[in-house]
Amino acid sequence: MISPVVEIETLTRRFGTFTAVDSLTLVANAGEVFGLLGSNGAGKSTTIKMLTTLLPPTSGEARVGGFSITRQPVEVRRAIGYVPQAVSVDGSLTGYENLLIFAKLYDIPHGEQKARVREQLEFVGLTAEAERMVGQYSGGMVRRLEIAQATIHRPRVLFLDEPTVGLDPIARDAVWAHLIDLRTKYGTTLFLTTHYLEDAESHCDRIAIMQHGKLAALGTLKELEASLGAGSHTLDEVFVHYAGTTLDSGGSIRDVSAERTTEQRLG
Amino acid sequence: MTTAFFHPLISFVDKTFVITEFELRKLRHDFTELITRALQPALWLLIFGQVFARSGMMHTGNIPYLDFIAPGILAQSVLFVAIFYGINVIWERDLGIVQKFLVSPTPRAALVLGKGFSAGIRTLSQAIVVYGLSLLLGVKLNWSPLALLNVFVVVVLAATLFSTFSLVIACIVKTRERFMGVGQVLTMPLFFASNAIYPTTIMPAWLKVISHLNPLTYVVDALRTSMLAGSASSFGLGLDYAVILVTTIILVLVGARLYPQLGV
Repeated sequence: MISPVVEIETLTRRFGTFTAVDSLTLVANAGEVFGLLGSNGAGKSTTIKMLTTLLPPTSGEARVGGFSITRQPVEVRRAIGYVPQAVSVDGSLTGYENLLIFAKLYDIPHGEQKARVREQLEFVGLTAEAERMVGQYSGGMVRRLEIAQATIHRPRVLFLDEPTVGLDPIARDAVWAHLIDLRTKYGTTLFLTTHYLEDAESHCDRIAIMQHGKLAALGTLKELEASLGAGSHTLDEVFVHYAGTTLDSGGSIRDVSAERTTEQRLG
Repeated sequence: MTTAFFHPLISFVDKTFVITEFELRKLRHDFTELITRALQPALWLLIFGQVFARSGMMHTGNIPYLDFIAPGILAQSVLFVAIFYGINVIWERDLGIVQKFLVSPTPRAALVLGKGFSAGIRTLSQAIVVYGLSLLLGVKLNWSPLALLNVFVVVVLAATLFSTFSLVIACIVKTRERFMGVGQVLTMPLFFASNAIYPTTIMPAWLKVISHLNPLTYVVDALRTSMLAGSASSFGLGLDYAVILVTTIILVLVGARLYPQLGV
């Protein structure tokens, strides 16, 4: 049975005269791996920030896990997990401590906190590294720890902003294996942005392509490829057709610097 | 009805201490900063304090000048450590740590106050350093448990106040470069427009007015009253505490409003 878990309706965000997200309307369903694609500056990150209650929309509405992002932000926060693009675990604490703090902040009952932390460490394969300072972790380990941290309260939806940026192919595969496990084991919906087309191609059930803040295309990989007409098409061609440009063309200096810092810290 | 009222309050206090706990755990992993911080109060007391005490230029009534400035230097070192606390917040924002906390259901005021408290507890090391130096220099300290408790509480509250002020500035300026500039511009006026190293009685009238609006003046007064044997308070401990508490509460509320802007 298909049930919507992220419902976005004419969601709009302006910064001064610039419209970063323009009347975006779409639905992601429970248990889906939903990929948001677009060039830098297409509005993907702004969309994720609104859905995670970090940024209030200028107009429009969205419901996440059944709660309104504008009227019920605290309920939304309880229902979601978030892995930002930048490194979000604390290098000056151990892996165990990084998880324990969030177990406490998410009101996991006192008696269950330690067991839950152990379970999460086990889930992402970091049990042996639990007592090491996160500052000494490799990039792939950091991302796995972030996934464990963001899902410690078993959220219905996990938002990920460029989850595999800066990782080598082996670490990327490991991160994806854990993400897919999350869905299998807990039915978690994954809502992510990426500009690695391979990630979208091999892992996303449905893909939305954004251009200039608007939804340019939405569907399964097959549907998107078929929408270009006769002949066989790759996702690259679909992307260039709808996003109007090849990847990696824009972004502000802050975006670029944040991305490179992340790559440096993870790499 | 009562649970509906108390639950948010209990949750707020609980989350505040969770944030404080983890900030302090970081200290346990790396305490070199505690040692480097000890240097500044040592310089002020051993060099500035000794020289001015010998010059006999400062008239501090019936207390010797070194005794007079010991609590002032404690207040000053608390201010100097706390006022740069906001740089950590900017650092955490440039990583993704602030965003991660903001996406959790933690009350914003608990995030702000928790960080403030941890700065407060961190600066207790400054109190230990200043007490040690004061002993060496022969300052007549008040060792009554109540006096020590007062010093403890005032140091923690003062550091909470100034580190929260620092967090508010960080939320407004948002970059490290601007923050360092503003931090430098603020610390010296706060320090000089207070009773830390000279009594307000020798100030020109305009400066005296400013010093009475400066929370640091009340911190120094409370510390001086409690730390020294036989020093009378200029304003009364009650007023000192009231000014410190009210200013802290206002800053925490302002910080809770501004902190989410760092997540954008």
